[in-house]
Amino acid sequence: MSSHDSATPPSHDGPIRSRTLVRTSTVDLITCALLLGLAALLGWDSWRTGAAWAPDGPEAGYFPFYLALLLGAASLFGMARAILSHDVITEAFLTRDQIGRVAAVFLPTLAFVLLTQVLGIYVASFLLVAGFMTVVGRIRWWISLFTAVVFSGLMFAVFEIAFNVIMPKGPLEAAFGY
Amino acid sequence: MEALGLLLQGFQVLLTVDKLLLMMLGLTLGVFVGVLPGLGGPNGVAILLPLTFSMDPTSAIVMLSCIYWGALFGGAITSILFNIPGEAWSVATTFDGYPMAQKGQAAEALTAAFTSSFVGSLAAVLLITFVAPSVAGFALRFGPPEFFAVYLLTFCSFVGLGREARHKIVISMTLGLLLTGIGMDTVSGQLRMTFGFTDLLRGINFLVAVIGLFGISEILLTMEERLALRGHAARISLKVVFRTWASLPRYWATLARSAVIGCWLGVTPGGAIAASFMGYNLAKRFARDKTGFGKGRIDGVLAPETAAHAAGTAALLPMLALGIPGSGTAAILLGGLMVWGLNPGPLMFVEHKEFVWGTIASMYLGNVVGLVLVLSTVPLFAAVLRVPFAAIAPMIIVSCAIGAYAIQNAMFDVWLMLGFGVLGYVFKKLDIPLAPLTLALVLGNRAEDAFRLSMIGSGGDLRVFWSNGLVGTLTTLALLLLFWPAITGLVSRAGRLVRADA
Repeated sequence: MSSHDSATPPSHDGPIRSRTLVRTSTVDLITCALLLGLAALLGWDSWRTGAAWAPDGPEAGYFPFYLALLLGAASLFGMARAILSHDVITEAFLTRDQIGRVAAVFLPTLAFVLLTQVLGIYVASFLLVAGFMTVVGRIRWWISLFTAVVFSGLMFAVFEIAFNVIMPKGPLEAAFGY
Repeated sequence: MEALGLLLQGFQVLLTVDKLLLMMLGLTLGVFVGVLPGLGGPNGVAILLPLTFSMDPTSAIVMLSCIYWGALFGGAITSILFNIPGEAWSVATTFDGYPMAQKGQAAEALTAAFTSSFVGSLAAVLLITFVAPSVAGFALRFGPPEFFAVYLLTFCSFVGLGREARHKIVISMTLGLLLTGIGMDTVSGQLRMTFGFTDLLRGINFLVAVIGLFGISEILLTMEERLALRGHAARISLKVVFRTWASLPRYWATLARSAVIGCWLGVTPGGAIAASFMGYNLAKRFARDKTGFGKGRIDGVLAPETAAHAAGTAALLPMLALGIPGSGTAAILLGGLMVWGLNPGPLMFVEHKEFVWGTIASMYLGNVVGLVLVLSTVPLFAAVLRVPFAAIAPMIIVSCAIGAYAIQNAMFDVWLMLGFGVLGYVFKKLDIPLAPLTLALVLGNRAEDAFRLSMIGSGGDLRVFWSNGLVGTLTTLALLLLFWPAITGLVSRAGRLVRADA
């Protein structure tokens, strides 16, 4: 009924801990600072639009302006907390190993979106699936290639032909008259 | 009863071959995303949403809600077999479910989990059937001030009752509200916060944000954690199912208690997580023999599953009746409905009767079909977990991009999705909750419109929010909830002072 592969929880607490690259408190500080900047920008723009209280209620910029103030205040509070607890929390936000793995999925995704703009989504998705499986997954190239062809073909059949959902297309689709 | 007649009509709409096929398809896809590491209800619904864009609204909502049921069932599979909760509310299921699997009772644990989810959902659907129409009927009399008060209540209860650090909830919520303000202002026609970019004129689409926040960010997180997936295999035989079902009547009190807790907490925003833990703790407290919890007791699986699913389903009640989603997934379903120009809320019960009752009927059918489907196909789905993540990750990324593009046919939205993916990743790692952001994105514009319409109606007089008993109560309750932590703090301090004096 049930068998017994030993079930291991994800083991990132192993004896060899990867070196901390960024600490959580640092990222907390940076994020809050960025949010504060955003709040200032949006608040200023809303002030320009008009953030006063007209006789018939608030002007267009009224809500965004005060929301920006709230966001700014909360971010300032977050910054203060991050600075004050700086020497207490040394928890790792990312270790060297982790950033490698996150980059291994983020950079291909970025390339995929760029390629979608040039080659259309179906060719780009073929390249992403085939490339990711071979390079990151170290799966045999012919399995990867086969999966990628089937997947992209299936997507094309489902969206372009069956459901009529228009997707960005490139030179290859144009050559086939789509 | 009027509701019963309408419900029967709803069933009539559903009992066609193509609707039933869509239901099966939705459930299968739902279990699939529920089982996949890192993906769960909200992510699955967000990613699969574009599949429904070319369907008629009833088929689409049937398929979407079946994806949701499927994902809920799928979450139990990973919790029990792999000790990985698919959703925050499945955490309590792992307490006893995984030990049961370790003891070789995986099939019993799974049967118990599926059946109790079914019971929980059924209780909540019954609640929806009989209560939603009267809530909607009552809400038909609401004007803009009442609606604004209800929105305010929702936002305030998130801030006041949330479990994360207060400033993080405020950051998440105000950011979401600000983002909804971008674009053309619906009341005055002025442009806001567009900085001259034409792509921002449309505003930031809720679904694009959700696909990025939940789909892309989960892929990044899953890669980072490098989940080593090895778990227990399970095959469920009919004999085990009937034996487990035969033992269930003994636990009727646990089931009933959890169902009630779930329905109650589900109606308030963000209640499913609290419901599952409360269900578990109450089962522990009321058990005659308290030993063995955490070591694989069947009622340790029944209690949280019933409560979580009752809550997850009850979360759809305020969404249907008032247009206010009770959970993240309900918010995404609501966003999906708006794609077809359907505005969930009291008016929908009048204007789109057949749609509302078709939806409710699909909740009944989807649950029954889902129960049978998962019981018979567990080995298949457990095998899904053996497919290498390197093959699944790029496919999910492509699906996300397709989804983001399809909503408004804009390449800019795909870039926006990527940006929200990074934002979601950072926020999740910093424990900034995403639920308030999601809620703000879906309700922000409506709340602002309601406020400004009330102001136009009252000539700019804020006292309109206390102008009658109903709206006054709602507004006051909202403010009370906002300052709830401060109030309870003061009360307990005062209590201590009094006791020290005595």
